[in-house]
Amino acid sequence: MPVLKNKTPIPEQPVEERIKNFEEVALGYTEEQALIEANRCLQCKDAPCIKGCPVNIDIPTFINLIREKRYDEAIKKIKESNNLPATTGRVCPQETQCEAYCTLKKIGEPVAIGRLERFVADYEINRGYDIPKIMKKYNKKVAVVGSGPAGLTVAGDLARMGINVTIFEAFHEPGGVLIYGIPEFRLPKRIVRTEVEYIKSLGVEIVTNIVVGRSITIDELLKEYDAVFIGTGAGAPQFLNIPGENLIGIYSANEFLTRVNLMKAYKFPEYDTPVKIGKIVGVIGGGNVAMDAARTALRLGAKEVHIIYRRTEQEMPARYEEIIHAKEEGIKFNFLVSPVRFLGDIEGRVIGIELQKMTLGEPDESGRRKPLPIPNSNFVFSLDMVIVAIGTVPNPLIKMTTPDLLVDNRSGVILIDKNTGKTSKEKVFAGGDVTSGSATVINAMGAGKIAAKNIFKLLVGE
Amino acid sequence: MFKIIEKKALAPKVKLIKIKAPLISKKALPGQFVVLRIYEKGERIPLTIADKDPSEESITIVFQEVGKTTKLLGKLDTGDSILDLVGPLGNPSEIEKYNVVIGVGGGVGIAALYPILKALKEKGNYVISVIGGRSAEYVIFREEIEKICDETYITTDDGSLGRKGLVTDVLKELLETRNINRIWAIGPTIMMKVVSDLTKSYNVPTIVSLNPIMVDGTGMCGGCRVNVGGKIKFTCIDGPEFDGHLVDFDELLLRLKSYREEEKLSLKLFEESEGEEIASFEE
Ligand SMILES: Cc1cc2nc3c(=O)[nH]c(=O)nc-3n(C[C@H](O)[C@H](O)[C@H](O)COP(=O)(O)OP(=O)(O)OC[C@H]3O[C@@H](n4cnc5c(N)ncnc54)[C@H](O)[C@@H]3O)c2cc1C
Ligand SMILES: Cc1cc2nc3c(=O)[nH]c(=O)nc-3n(C[C@H](O)[C@H](O)[C@H](O)COP(=O)(O)OP(=O)(O)OC[C@H]3O[C@@H](n4cnc5c(N)ncnc54)[C@H](O)[C@@H]3O)c2cc1C
Ligand code: SF4
Ligand code: SF4
Ligand code: FES
Repeated sequence: MPVLKNKTPIPEQPVEERIKNFEEVALGYTEEQALIEANRCLQCKDAPCIKGCPVNIDIPTFINLIREKRYDEAIKKIKESNNLPATTGRVCPQETQCEAYCTLKKIGEPVAIGRLERFVADYEINRGYDIPKIMKKYNKKVAVVGSGPAGLTVAGDLARMGINVTIFEAFHEPGGVLIYGIPEFRLPKRIVRTEVEYIKSLGVEIVTNIVVGRSITIDELLKEYDAVFIGTGAGAPQFLNIPGENLIGIYSANEFLTRVNLMKAYKFPEYDTPVKIGKIVGVIGGGNVAMDAARTALRLGAKEVHIIYRRTEQEMPARYEEIIHAKEEGIKFNFLVSPVRFLGDIEGRVIGIELQKMTLGEPDESGRRKPLPIPNSNFVFSLDMVIVAIGTVPNPLIKMTTPDLLVDNRSGVILIDKNTGKTSKEKVFAGGDVTSGSATVINAMGAGKIAAKNIFKLLVGE
Repeated sequence: MFKIIEKKALAPKVKLIKIKAPLISKKALPGQFVVLRIYEKGERIPLTIADKDPSEESITIVFQEVGKTTKLLGKLDTGDSILDLVGPLGNPSEIEKYNVVIGVGGGVGIAALYPILKALKEKGNYVISVIGGRSAEYVIFREEIEKICDETYITTDDGSLGRKGLVTDVLKELLETRNINRIWAIGPTIMMKVVSDLTKSYNVPTIVSLNPIMVDGTGMCGGCRVNVGGKIKFTCIDGPEFDGHLVDFDELLLRLKSYREEEKLSLKLFEESEGEEIASFEE
């Protein structure tokens, strides 16, 4: 039988319905669909796909186990390298990672590795988790700061190696961006909660409502714990620093998404936290965060949602699938325009944005073509709500209270040895967005794995 | 869960509660605040730590019932618990020997001012307080303040206690006749604005404690941003105290009204179904 050129499509909620609810958009493969897709895999000997996965999941082996309907073993195989597969299967930018290297790309579309990963992960969630037996316990304690994918990975891995782990989380609910940032319709919170429960079932203790740097410092943690891992992410929003940015109706994407996801403002007034929804919403930026904010605003009832991006579609860093979904849902894209200032009314509410047209110049350090302003091209665009999604940087609290921790002054990231996760401070490790700047879930997990291995080495030996 | 171990009414719609919170009690310094969430569907709101007692591992907060969350908090009693409490947040006040300082407090702001004045006194400053409220019953923390201050002046709008008038009337006289090194002003935003405008012409450094709307209180949403000297500052991590002469109060006053309609709706629904809602979260 010749190989099918295209990925097996994944069932999705119809557009007309999904823009009115927060239910998941992609519904996941049925068993039949998963088997068809798994059978597309060529089981390449050199398996180029593996090197595209930051945690090196043994992709052909787990796909082959699916083919043989040995789902229990398939999920076990994935979990050797990845503690949160139901999440990564949904949110990894597969097109630049595992699937980018798939041999099948030479003749058509790659194997839908992410969708298959999700299929077996969901299979396990529905069936109930196996809790691995922890063979040997050591009398060592590690404190993990932050419960995003980096922190959860370090904690899960160390717990499985027999180390006692306590996670300290600033928010009232663990999960990091998976809980407060990525919306329900892309990653249901029930999935994140089950993944967190799994980490807890390994014996990890999670203490919420602790802001390290305020409630307790790194140095104080070091008095009680044998090592500390910092996985506090890059959660501090950046603003454009242009006139009018403090007008009412202008949100950072973080504030907007936190109100909606963590505080459930989409259920206001049943839940107490409100959020404003404009009729015409402008979302500034072109990444995943901008797509999520735009699609969230649409679901909350905005009439028109505009992406405002200073480069073109080719340079957009968002996941391909999210751009497609956003377009299907009617999000409007405005390329090669950059905000100059905001206009407000007498009550301090935003009513417009002045934009300047741009053109693309030579590639910059990031390899993307640099946008250049076109003189005298300014125009005003009327809107009544703005979401600024131009990036985030690490929160300065830990740096402020841990003077001997080396941090890059320009970007604010904690400096580490990438091969070990070690920081400049003894017994302190770090990884994830706090060391890389905003990146991806799976990169944060990859960094967590490296740190876990080296923390174990430090405390116990090889 | 964090247990309420004491509750008192201080003035109409102003209540004091002591909450058991060992870690926060150990750490809290004057000028810092907590963020709390009463129940699963609740909002996160910031409240200043008015006092602490490490021996009973407690912190004290004093709040005014203005909307749903503070009204709900006011319904809780000794023995009840709140779901989430995080802190201490914000930068502590800069307590140094300045010589002569004035603390200007209005309404619940007086409670927030108290730990700062206490620390300033302990540092050897000559501490003058000027506190005010609508009428006598609104002047809270009066005894505590009088006990620690070298001089205390009280004003009320209706003259029912102390002098009839505004705190700024007394402040102006003090600025005219005395040599003042530093001022702390904590109270309604409009009061802090008027005080800052006044002290600017006398060139006396004035610290205000801002109260914008917050979500996380840890620097990750930017909702608490204020314009200080033309720069964007996040109140929760850069403040809450700022140089009053640099703050754009007019912008802050507008931003405080961001959710006027939503707050009204929330309160209305709450008052209509009060009994039920409280019963449902106490279960
Ligand atoms: C809206 C949005 C959409 C995204 N979409 C995708 C996607 O589709 N695919 C993808 O791969 N990536 C996506 N990302 C990026 C991805 O979520 C991050 O790269 C990843 O979560 C980083 O993980 P982390 O563990 O380093 O940090 P985070 O997930 O940020 O977690 C850090 C945790 O530390 C806590 N914390 C911070 N400071 C302190 C402190 N002082 N004390 C205690 N706790 C603290 C925080 O509250 C948080 O819970 C998205 C990000 C956002 C914001
Ligand atoms: C750092 C900080 C410390 C604070 N300390 C105290 C304190 O010690 N005691 C105390 O009583 N309050 C304090 N506040 C204010 C308190 O957080 C608000 O009163 C509370 O959030 C109102 O919630 P609500 O749901 O009851 O009312 P809402 O329904 O949210 O609001 C009802 C009314 O209160 C006004 N309001 C809303 N939020 C604020 C705010 N942040 N500041 C002033 N007015 C507001 C609204 O404009 C509206 O008129 C502090 C605020 C900050 C930022
Ligand atoms: S974890 Fe992400 S990159 Fe790795 S195989 Fe799964 S989907 Fe691909
Ligand atoms: S590269 Fe593609 S076809 Fe080859 S083993 Fe990996 S997933 Fe299968
Ligand atoms: S409250 Fe969110 S940044 Fe200050």
